[in-house]
Amino acid sequence: MSQNAQRIVNNPKFQELIAKRSAFAWTLSIAMLVIYFGFVLLVAFGKGFLGTPIGSGVTTWGIPIGVFTIVSAFILTGIYVRRANGEFDELNRQILEESK
Amino acid sequence: MRAINRIAAATAAAGALLPVTAFADAIGGAVQKQATNWEAIIMFLIFVVATLGITYWAARRTKSAKDFYAAGGGITGFQNGLAIAGDYMSAASFLGIAGLVYASGFDGLIYSVGWLVGWPIILFLVAERLRNLGKYTFADVASYRFQQMPIRTMAACGSLATVTFYLIAQMVGAGKLIQLLFGLDYIVAVILVGVLMIGYVTFGGMLATTWVQIIKAVMLLSGASFMAFMILAQFNFSPEAMFKAAVDVHPKGLAIMSPGALVTDPISAISLGMALMFGTAGLPHILMRFFTVSDAKEARKSVFYATGFIGYFYILTFIIGFGAILMILRPDATGAYPFLTAAPAAGAKAVVTSIIGGTNMAAIHTANAVGGSLFYGFISAVAFATILAVVAGLTLAGASAVSHDLYASVFAKGRATEADEIRVSKITTVVIGIVSIFLGVAFENQNVAFMVGLAFVIAASANFPILLMSMFWGKMTTRGAVIGGALGLVSAVTLLILGPTVWKAVLGHPEAIFPYDNPGFFTIPLSFIAIWFFSITDNSETAKNERRAFEAQYIRSQTGLGAEGASAH
Repeated sequence: MSQNAQRIVNNPKFQELIAKRSAFAWTLSIAMLVIYFGFVLLVAFGKGFLGTPIGSGVTTWGIPIGVFTIVSAFILTGIYVRRANGEFDELNRQILEESK
Repeated sequence: MRAINRIAAATAAAGALLPVTAFADAIGGAVQKQATNWEAIIMFLIFVVATLGITYWAARRTKSAKDFYAAGGGITGFQNGLAIAGDYMSAASFLGIAGLVYASGFDGLIYSVGWLVGWPIILFLVAERLRNLGKYTFADVASYRFQQMPIRTMAACGSLATVTFYLIAQMVGAGKLIQLLFGLDYIVAVILVGVLMIGYVTFGGMLATTWVQIIKAVMLLSGASFMAFMILAQFNFSPEAMFKAAVDVHPKGLAIMSPGALVTDPISAISLGMALMFGTAGLPHILMRFFTVSDAKEARKSVFYATGFIGYFYILTFIIGFGAILMILRPDATGAYPFLTAAPAAGAKAVVTSIIGGTNMAAIHTANAVGGSLFYGFISAVAFATILAVVAGLTLAGASAVSHDLYASVFAKGRATEADEIRVSKITTVVIGIVSIFLGVAFENQNVAFMVGLAFVIAASANFPILLMSMFWGKMTTRGAVIGGALGLVSAVTLLILGPTVWKAVLGHPEAIFPYDNPGFFTIPLSFIAIWFFSITDNSETAKNERRAFEAQYIRSQTGLGAEGASAH
């Protein structure tokens, strides 16, 4: 391993970055998996619920739930990019700077 | 309604919609050649001239291997987001999903959701590590600390299998669609697509391919936005009013507002979900796009923008599908049904499958109804451009697997010069182009709808497990990766052939040997388990070295230390 890499491993900031970023990435991944497979399981087991009209109209619960799943994918990526490109990248920059 | 008369002779070729149809382009059943559609041809020619101009510009800037494979690494996150969306929003999503919504309503949404949710996973787990570790292809990452020859060969096989099946579906789809929309011969259409894609890729490399994708994405998004706007405007922007009108005319009535017969048992539902989600993260032409940006920051932004564009596009497609129900199944102002082969009997509801040209034409007819024949021409040209852009991306990914992975790393063992590598890449592009023209002709009368599904299952079962484990699991070894990947690839192909989509629907056997349309539920875990098992039982000296090399790889993947930057110009 190069000298730079060795300095990075020994830098507590690196451990901090990994811990924070991994926890964040996995939390968001699990959130996406739960939302999506929740939707899929509703399709498989809860057809009746998805097909229930909201109030007196013809629009069923399935429509907002489906649209929510699509929008949640976009929002979750936004949340990740915001923190990763801000807080995490700043920490990463410091780590690389200190390894020189 | 001149444009209608042009397609009035087409046969309704819808047939039963199998679940895999959501993967398909306009490729189900036979179509008849139409009268020449000049508006569409002129608009398509404008697109071709513009993209060839870009190719000329790109060719002068494409000198090094980095320019050729990765557009010099100088694409911005926003541009790459649009290009990824362009790669991903194929004619399948546009025509196929709109057609599915037209025929079954809510079911179309189930697929849209499945096609989208892979993107956040790519961002959270794959994108930045991939960008930090790789150079041109995903095999760079998968083989990072392993023996180059076996892993690159395995990854190239996975890439080429994915690309080939995807390409066949696109070529056959292109031929049929263009026959229907432009009134050109099938063979002319297939040759045109093949020749143009060779031109874009050999001369302009990744830079030209990227801009072709961006232009096409902007055209598709604007066209679809206009259609959705015009449809909603008729209902004062009240979705409830639109749904109500659709429920009133659709033969299935209120059933179009709830999940139908498309997804029946939980295993099929989860299996399809897994293949879509993890397959997206294993598509070589998509993964390649992450090397066109300067760093991990831009790579993350690309996924954010791509997810936004693709999600927005799927919501539009859903509205367009409902618009199609209203434009096609409701009589026009004169009481006629211009888009149906036969008007319904008095008092009866219109028959969904009597749509001219089959259900995949739903979006195209809707374009005609809301925007007249000029807009119809525009949307036809967009559909053609869409296929062209997707095949260009696929061809580049296939050519890179051959030149960068097989030729440079396996055959020449890293001793090939950059110029040699680019030359091999260009030759491969020409070969892939010619081969796909032949395959397009060979499969003209076959039902190839399952092939995009096959491409996704292979990507999810062979490419994705190797890629993910190589980045996340320090104990993986060459042996584990190669055996796991190979098992994933072989089991995916075998089970799909033995399943209902091929064994029953294509080969005509009465009963399928394997009961599920989508084998992802079994093949994806199989590949992961095999990688794990054959790695932990590997006690060879090389395996020990590979495990020791993980820490350095890990540091680079996390921090970008030593990662490829953008080239100088």
